[in-house]
Amino acid sequence: MADTVIPRVKVPATAKAGAVFTIKTLINHPMVTGLTKDKDGKPIPREIINRFTCDFNGANVIDVALDPAVSANPYFEFDAKIDKAGDFTFTWYDDNGQTYTDKKSIALG
Amino acid sequence: MRLSRREVLAVGVGGVALTLIAPGAHASELDDVVAKFTGGAAVGSGGVTVTAPEIAENGNTVPVTVEAPGAVAILLLAPSNPTPAVCTFTFGPAAGSQKAATRIRLAKTQDVTAIAKMADGKFVKAVATVKVTVGGCGG
Repeated sequence: MADTVIPRVKVPATAKAGAVFTIKTLINHPMVTGLTKDKDGKPIPREIINRFTCDFNGANVIDVALDPAVSANPYFEFDAKIDKAGDFTFTWYDDNGQTYTDKKSIALG
Repeated sequence: MRLSRREVLAVGVGGVALTLIAPGAHASELDDVVAKFTGGAAVGSGGVTVTAPEIAENGNTVPVTVEAPGAVAILLLAPSNPTPAVCTFTFGPAAGSQKAATRIRLAKTQDVTAIAKMADGKFVKAVATVKVTVGGCGG
């Protein structure tokens, strides 16, 4: 499952200094709650993305702690603002210990 | 096996007692989650909004937006879910606003709750009632 996890992020290519803009992120992940059972009646162990962070040039934008009640393929939409060009780093932390990252550059415009 | 009227009544009362106990146990888990976030502080109202659809046909993906200008963190709760915590947003210095949107699972009709921790250390909450047609927690 985990090898098919692909993060997708939408960040504008440019932004004006100090202006607020929206970032959208999506990652395909089943978010197994641990409450469901397989056809033999055995519980399926929990496997979710438990944390998502977004940083800009090392400064945190948003840090989300996720519980199983977040839908499959976790989607987040939030606002950021910048005063210089740089890189957004997005990191998702999986219950199985893996992390998935994505990076987007933005210029002043 | 034949049950006497007395036995039937006893079973009925037992069943009612069980259903009364069950939500109580669940409420304490909710209290734990809230207490962990607020540290036992009183929770006021105003200054935070939860936007969710009035009716959600599919409880598996319910779009929810929370906003609390001046907040440090926002805790999102679904009190009637098997696990009441949904997610916690913590806003950093590069955040453009204290607003976030996501999609959540709801087991049944309930009051989706957001508790925001303000920069001055106060806590405020808001609720949005969502009617769920088909629950989204499997099982």
